[in-house]
Amino acid sequence: MNPLARYLLVAALVFAIGLAGALTRRNAILVLIGIELMLNAANLNLIAFWRYGAHPEALTGMMFAVFSIAVAAAEAAVGLGLVISIYRHVRTADLDKMNRLKG
Amino acid sequence: MTIVFWILAALTVAGGLAAVTLRNTVHCALAVTAAFAGLALLFLQLDAQFAGFAQILVYIGAVAILVVFAILLTRESETTEHAVFSRTWLAGLCIAAGVFAVLGWAVLRSANAIPQQATAPVVAVKDIGNALMSRYVLPLEIVALLLTAAMVGAVVVAMHEKGDTK
Repeated sequence: MNPLARYLLVAALVFAIGLAGALTRRNAILVLIGIELMLNAANLNLIAFWRYGAHPEALTGMMFAVFSIAVAAAEAAVGLGLVISIYRHVRTADLDKMNRLKG
Repeated sequence: MTIVFWILAALTVAGGLAAVTLRNTVHCALAVTAAFAGLALLFLQLDAQFAGFAQILVYIGAVAILVVFAILLTRESETTEHAVFSRTWLAGLCIAAGVFAVLGWAVLRSANAIPQQATAPVVAVKDIGNALMSRYVLPLEIVALLLTAAMVGAVVVAMHEKGDTK
């Protein structure tokens, strides 16, 4: 198989696993973990296209992935802060029980 | 090289699968750390050393620790006696399987069109530093601003409210 196609397939599988986790888990932290897995799969795609595509010396894909890692770190910090804040409010991290907009 | 790739791919996929299926949340955090490590090693396998080590530093060093802290702060989410999957788990599973089917079909059908550069690119960290300070300096500044805002925002969101006795 084409070397790039292998990486793309692995990235697609990791993305699907992350999507399944984000859609099926009850715990808010595990939903965030699923989103992190999806972001990582996208990063793997970027790096793989950078490695096997034309003009790798321009560093475009690598820079995209590095900035994406930084943005994902910011997202994780704010997301987990929100989970802790809402846990303090409703005493649960179960998303199925968070069914009110009123505080 | 191919054997190494398949081992790393198996590690990553197994870590991801364990992270979304295990019951104990702490075990899930450990499994997702294994998946992050597998992805970092895949980056190294792709000759992207800088991105690989950034992945190790940020994900294994920071995000995994943050997840463990969040699990410990939301006490009852450690182990759950009742169901860990939501009521609509079948629909979610079908959507994820459909997304994987479409992505895999697209990759396999375009096997002739996708590029395959054989020679590995030689990139020194000095080149990356030069690029970050010249061509990508505006995104770098924006990311710096974003990280500062996210740090302040996370502290403000998670801080105890005034009048909150607990």
